[in-house]
Amino acid sequence: MERIPILKMGNFLLVTVQVDMHDRLAMTLQDDLTGRIVKDRAHGVLIDISSLEIVDSFIGRMIGNIASMARVLDAETVVVGMRPAVAITLVELGLSLPGVRTALNVDKGVEMLKESIEDKARGNGHLAG
Amino acid sequence: MATLRDETFSIRSSDDIVKVRQITRELALMQAFSLVDQTKLVTAASELARNTLEHGRGGDVRIQALQEGARRGVRLVFTDQGPGIADLDRALRDGFTTGNGMGLGLSGSKRLVNDFDIQSECGKGTMVTIARWT
Repeated sequence: MERIPILKMGNFLLVTVQVDMHDRLAMTLQDDLTGRIVKDRAHGVLIDISSLEIVDSFIGRMIGNIASMARVLDAETVVVGMRPAVAITLVELGLSLPGVRTALNVDKGVEMLKESIEDKARGNGHLAG
Repeated sequence: MATLRDETFSIRSSDDIVKVRQITRELALMQAFSLVDQTKLVTAASELARNTLEHGRGGDVRIQALQEGARRGVRLVFTDQGPGIADLDRALRDGFTTGNGMGLGLSGSKRLVNDFDIQSECGKGTMVTIARWT
């Protein structure tokens, strides 16, 4: 069966969606990714959608679900590389991806994840102290 | 109005939704739509194809490339023989959903196109027509 590859980058997982996602593939990714977050003890997930020509409500919902599931598993999600035409269409469609953080590209996404993990570590330090 | 292309496809699986997206993109390109217009039309087509599959229990889509004077357009007509929609006004409101979606399919697609029409009869089926013009 066709699958979207998940790469490990240090503490993070990188998913590059390069195919026109059909619905079953999106569901498989959701399952695979949650499994890998636990197995690899990942603290962050980067979803690169720069190859996606459209994001409809189904794919939008899948991205939102992944972010929520990852959060419950103590990992942050950042969606990177959204095309401008996709962003315009998403907003008009009425999909604002609540709870999903975005960055312009993978580098910025990694920075964002590192910062939020450091913040979290400091926050925990306060609690312990 | 001149019809430059006219094709009909069946929507029976999630692979067919991908196919509808691809053909819609092809016709939008042929009609020299801007990238944003292409994206809007393909997104609306994807939403409605999924409605046909999930709520209409499958159906057909007729995709046409049209020319009317200087205007060039793409029209899609989605037809199913599913259960139909009892309350169209409610179905067209944001957030209305019978499934586990977000209820943006119909209302959202309407915002992405220039022409939108829906006919539905309980027990008979639903027909949704959309078009976008240059």
